[in-house]
Amino acid sequence: MASQEVKTGFARGVRDGLPFLAVVVPFAMLFGVLATEAGLNVFETLSFSVVVIAGAAQFTALQLMTDNAPVIVVLASALAVNLRMAMYSASITPHLGRLPLWKRIVVAYFLVDQTYAASLIDYEARPDQSLTEKWAYFLGVLTPICLPWYVATVVGALAGESIPTNMGLDFVLPIAFLAMIGPALRTTAHRIAALVAIVAALSLAWMPYNLGLIVSALLGMMAGAEAERRGYFE
Amino acid sequence: MSTGTGIDTATLWFVILALGAGSFGLRFVFLGLIGDRPLPDWLLRHLRYTAVSVLPALVAPLVLWPRATGGEPDPVRLAAAFVTLGVAYVWKNVLAGMASGALILVAGSYWFG
Repeated sequence: MASQEVKTGFARGVRDGLPFLAVVVPFAMLFGVLATEAGLNVFETLSFSVVVIAGAAQFTALQLMTDNAPVIVVLASALAVNLRMAMYSASITPHLGRLPLWKRIVVAYFLVDQTYAASLIDYEARPDQSLTEKWAYFLGVLTPICLPWYVATVVGALAGESIPTNMGLDFVLPIAFLAMIGPALRTTAHRIAALVAIVAALSLAWMPYNLGLIVSALLGMMAGAEAERRGYFE
Repeated sequence: MSTGTGIDTATLWFVILALGAGSFGLRFVFLGLIGDRPLPDWLLRHLRYTAVSVLPALVAPLVLWPRATGGEPDPVRLAAAFVTLGVAYVWKNVLAGMASGALILVAGSYWFG
């Protein structure tokens, strides 16, 4: 019984995670290339991806270190970019908070944009699944997302400048995120939250240290919650 | 083991380890500290809208002002973005959205690039 749940959850997770290979691989390779260009060796570059495991924050830190910014500025900026992870942590706690501590540590380590978004879509679409199945799904979805992240970082670091970094690759990430947003816009309240967050993000883009992102996200969440309270949840 | 251009090894490792610890802390803070304690309804209501707020807020400036064009709005990228979102929304399918957006991007760069 339980082993059946594990199998179906894990398989569904792998299947849902596979499309993100198209995003993770070029993105990680790009990090490998840029890190090598900044003077990091292959081991340092891989360690960066394994220890930090957060694309946007890694790019930010690397860029600022290359510009010789003070360490405190490097850390504050990169962590501000990662503040959204705290929101993911809060958002996934109602689903996975009952797991034993070591499993929650594993979830926290692998909680990135793609694993979070895919899991949340699945947990909301199948609300009656057991905790075992949710855990298995999370392990399944992280397999094609996080493991290739390490491998492609190394490939990028080894290949270096022989990999072209133009050709619209910059836009792979926005495309992937937009595709994740689509199915998540299930109710009027969800659509209102997204709309408010977009308008706020475009108006607050001038804020330093990516703070516009955090403020916009909070405004979107408040708008969604308020819309739900007023009954726009269908 | 020198890192060559500019970034010194000690600074690099300090940043890697501190950033790793900080990022893990941000991801663990609620999962670890709250665990299975029940959250108040008002907070759960807000948390239900985390994904649909954070991801659009992250992506909107990248769509309108792409870094690759130096911040100039680009018709091909805008079209790819709208098609991706539209397809993913109507068919509730992440893969179909990504594939159609990628198609527009590749075709657009080929014809207008």
